[in-house]
Amino acid sequence: MSDKPISQDTSRAPTSQKRATPIQAGAKDAIGGSVSVTIDGEKTKVPLGTTILEACREMGVHIPTLCHHSDLCIAGVCRVCVVEVEGMRTLQAACAFPITAPITVRTHTAQVRRSRRHIIDLMLKYHYGECYACGRNNNCELQALAKEYGVDFFRFGHPDKPMHDVDRSSHSVVRDMNKCVLCRRCVRTCIDLQEVGVLEAIERGEETTISTYLDKPLGDVVCINCGQCINRCPTGALRANDPTDEVWAAIEDPTKHVVIQTAPSPRAGIGECFGLEPGTPMTYEMNTALRRCGFDKIFDTNFTADLTIIEEGTELLIRLYKALVEKDTEVALPQYTSCSPGWVKYLEHFNPEMIPNLSTAKSPQQMFGAVIKTYYAKMHNIDPKDIVTVALMPCSAKKFECNRPEMCDSGFKDVDYGLTTRELGKMISEAGIDLPAMPKSDFDDPFGTATGSGVIFGATGGVMEAALRTVIELVVGCKVEDLFEHADILPVRGFEGVRYVELPITEVGPVPEIVSHLVPNWDWLKGATLKVAVAHGTANAKKVLDDIKAGGKFSECHFIEFMGCPGGCIGGGGQPIPTSPEIRAARAAAIYAEDADCEVRKSHENPAVLKIYNDFLMEGPCGHLSHKLLHTGYTARGKYIS
Amino acid sequence: MITSTCKNLTFATIEAGAGLKRALELGQAGIIREVTDSGIKGRGGAGFPSGVKWNLCAAAKDPQKYIVCNADEGEPGTFKDRIILTTYAGLVFEGMTIAAAAVNAPKGILYLRGEYTYLREQLEAELQALRDDGKLGENACGKKGFTFDIEIRMGSGAYVCGEETALIESLEGHRGEPRNRPPYPVNTGFDGHPTAVNNVETLAWISCILNKGSDWFRQHGTEKSTGLKLFSVSGDCDMPGVYELPLGITVDQLLAEVGGSNAKAVQIGGASGRCVPGSQFDRKIAYEDIPTGGSVIVFGPGRDMLDVAQNFLEFMVEESCGQCTPCRYGNPTLLEGVEMLRNGRCSAGYLKELVSLGESVQISSKCGLGQSSANAFLSIIEHFKEEIMGRTVDAV
Ligand SMILES: Cc1cc2nc3c(=O)[nH]c(=O)nc-3n(C[C@H](O)[C@H](O)[C@H](O)COP(=O)(O)O)c2cc1C
Ligand code: SF4
Ligand code: SF4
Ligand code: SF4
Ligand code: SF4
Ligand code: FES
Repeated sequence: MSDKPISQDTSRAPTSQKRATPIQAGAKDAIGGSVSVTIDGEKTKVPLGTTILEACREMGVHIPTLCHHSDLCIAGVCRVCVVEVEGMRTLQAACAFPITAPITVRTHTAQVRRSRRHIIDLMLKYHYGECYACGRNNNCELQALAKEYGVDFFRFGHPDKPMHDVDRSSHSVVRDMNKCVLCRRCVRTCIDLQEVGVLEAIERGEETTISTYLDKPLGDVVCINCGQCINRCPTGALRANDPTDEVWAAIEDPTKHVVIQTAPSPRAGIGECFGLEPGTPMTYEMNTALRRCGFDKIFDTNFTADLTIIEEGTELLIRLYKALVEKDTEVALPQYTSCSPGWVKYLEHFNPEMIPNLSTAKSPQQMFGAVIKTYYAKMHNIDPKDIVTVALMPCSAKKFECNRPEMCDSGFKDVDYGLTTRELGKMISEAGIDLPAMPKSDFDDPFGTATGSGVIFGATGGVMEAALRTVIELVVGCKVEDLFEHADILPVRGFEGVRYVELPITEVGPVPEIVSHLVPNWDWLKGATLKVAVAHGTANAKKVLDDIKAGGKFSECHFIEFMGCPGGCIGGGGQPIPTSPEIRAARAAAIYAEDADCEVRKSHENPAVLKIYNDFLMEGPCGHLSHKLLHTGYTARGKYIS
Repeated sequence: MITSTCKNLTFATIEAGAGLKRALELGQAGIIREVTDSGIKGRGGAGFPSGVKWNLCAAAKDPQKYIVCNADEGEPGTFKDRIILTTYAGLVFEGMTIAAAAVNAPKGILYLRGEYTYLREQLEAELQALRDDGKLGENACGKKGFTFDIEIRMGSGAYVCGEETALIESLEGHRGEPRNRPPYPVNTGFDGHPTAVNNVETLAWISCILNKGSDWFRQHGTEKSTGLKLFSVSGDCDMPGVYELPLGITVDQLLAEVGGSNAKAVQIGGASGRCVPGSQFDRKIAYEDIPTGGSVIVFGPGRDMLDVAQNFLEFMVEESCGQCTPCRYGNPTLLEGVEMLRNGRCSAGYLKELVSLGESVQISSKCGLGQSSANAFLSIIEHFKEEIMGRTVDAV
């Protein structure tokens, strides 16, 4: 069982794409040592096995790259990073060349510049697209390369008509292979980071394209809609399915009451669309901008994140009670979280036999949709048919999720449109709004008050931390702060691909009212050890699932948080591009800072949550109405498609 | 000068098993010394010294190693490996066993070109005979603790799979695409284990070297290109076929041998080789002058050199794996240029740009295919510019 961080352990990647192990025959003493390298006349020492690219970056020497990505294994296919290595007949790809012996490198000789320019010219010869009509204008690595190399005419020509049809079959991802430069980052993302592998190069030579199983449309293959490929595509070849026109139309329709819920991660990312440093929180500026765009109400998805914790936590307690006290052997444990739709679809495709382990609680987005079109509609006396619910999400899979046919428990489509952070950034620009300059304003009632637990849903480990804060207080009866300083449950935080934590329950308290209809007391948990785990990115999820199938330590867990995307929602497929471990860490820091600033930090203390159970859901968590509105079922899809 | 035709090869005179017997007596270091002393360089085209390769592989610390025989023979105009496998496969298997003893590898794989499937049955039978005879398997050749067996795996028709790292990818069940190097197969090869990849002919000669001694081998050829070599000769000559000749022979001498003395040009090294014009027929065929994996294609006086360039480029466009930009898009761009030249629509300025592009493709491509794909085009432009630029503009 490997707990290595993402992208180090790439079991299914072709060996060609794995990082070179710097083993030199006979030089065993050299391992772990350093080696000298001269770059453009400057000499330095680097650890053995450092790539030329890394060495250059370390020295502040810029090398253009295209197929290289800090999250992915090395491909060495675009060749724009070529440099001269003294004594070698051909130029070498800086990204792929591990330094294992002293070398002299020159990064901008005439040969190097000419070759790079030719490579860019060749890409443009096969690239059909006009920058001013492209979603990646000004945020495109191909465009940036062309600028860097002063391309002012198409040396080898330029296509005047499209060569491929645009694939719009997926609710989440649009593929326009006319703009693809075959860097294969999407292929590596889908295989290495996500262990899905729906994308692969087909044909060869000039005919090579990125395609799917039997060239089927993306909507018909086992794609989990995570959008991670979009985030790593250097060009406009991959993009999310953009509903902004429909959203604008709804806003402009006077008969519609347009409500937007905003998830925690977009507020930590949207600043990047406006040139701010990653991790600059824009929560309250964004509220003002949304109002100025014309949304009628702005709600915080954190409300239903808290509701999710109550529902999912209760579900867990019920499962544990059945298993431990009633000795029901049919109960599926560990319970898996269900708030990440990419992860949910992954399980439906690849491990449908484990669907019983999936919490039946809907994701916060879908709970909110159902609540708005029932509870909120009733409260404000608005006909739900006139309500349009928009969900601002960091996620492309949320677009698929809201279109699941079963997500109509309010009697209407619970969530009408899923909007990504990038798409909202575009709407705000279009409205002429300078987001960072906006005055701050709060969310609208009645769901306004957020808790810190809801906020941290955005980062990997956040759902687990939120759940633990509540479970500890409900069961142990003490304050989380008594066990963890500032209620920060650090063991579940971080970016390690898979994390495992044990929490011994030494004391139990009285059963609080909110769950008193479900269990008589907690004595049966006294002395037990709560075992939980966290995994992010479906490649890591797969490791955990494989371990469970093999009866390993994760099979003894009670509760496991799975997030489809590396880093959790802050690294979602709808977040601003580019992404990197550093960018995701900065966004996560913003989220944890917002949590620390919250007055209420625990889901079960959210007054709006308590109110909805009192006024509307009536029978408490997992009660009848909860089940109808807040829970769902899943589809065993399997990985074989007809 | 030793000359012989296909019917009269050194291989025919070699006693089966003698080289292997001596190799096992010499032991690991002894074999590698003998191979190194012979000066033999890879017969597959790249010309890497085999002794050095084996030494690196032997030094790699891993109990699992592989010997791979590259029988993917896909270079246009070569057919000498087919002749060897048809008639002298025993020498190849013997060479693989010697390699196994040298680097300490328990397993060998013969990667057989898809088009040679018809040879498989015969080769399997020979392998079985060797197993029955105790030459392969556990305690092979009666040597305690020496385990070696050979498996045949089929290619499926991609030229690039002859490139050793693409071959290994293909063996692993992936798309046949070359890897980044370093790391080299001798350290990180099949399934991540050290792997020595050698050409069919290289292995056959090594059996001879162990039998007759490195001094015998060094008697032939030049100092930098020792020994004898098989040439697959085709095209406009009287006696096409497989010839055994010493390296260092001039183009003229070879042409005289095969009845092609009135040639206008000779393509040496197949589609990835260079086109040598009549004015340079005094040059040597050797690693230090004109290197080759053995393909010699003779062009008579009536040949249109633009057809030749087009033919080779079409092959490269077809066979590029499509992984890296310069080869994937550079070759079709050069091919379009040939079309423009044919129609008299290529300006001198654009031709210069194409030549420069060809050079970029040579130095920036990921593998040997792309690095040599423009060779034929560039050498034809260099030597036959007059012929090529003089086309009349189409009426169209
Ligand atoms: C595109 C390409 C095709 C090749 N095809 C062959 C081949 O068919 N047979 C072969 O022995 N080597 C071929 N090679 C050379 C191999 O990569 C490798 O150098 C060789 O098998 C090593 O054996 P040797 O050292 O005995 O020559 C090819 C190389 C390239 C770049
Ligand atoms: S993908 Fe990049 S280069 Fe292509 S049209 Fe879009 S912005 Fe321009
Ligand atoms: S959205 Fe995710 S699963 Fe679908 S192709 Fe992209 S990376 Fe693969
Ligand atoms: S779709 Fe994008 S990421 Fe994938 S190969 Fe093409 S350009 Fe690269
Ligand atoms: S040079 Fe050609 S054959 Fe070699 S890796 Fe690049 S595209 Fe593939
Ligand atoms: S960035 Fe190095 S080859 Fe693409």
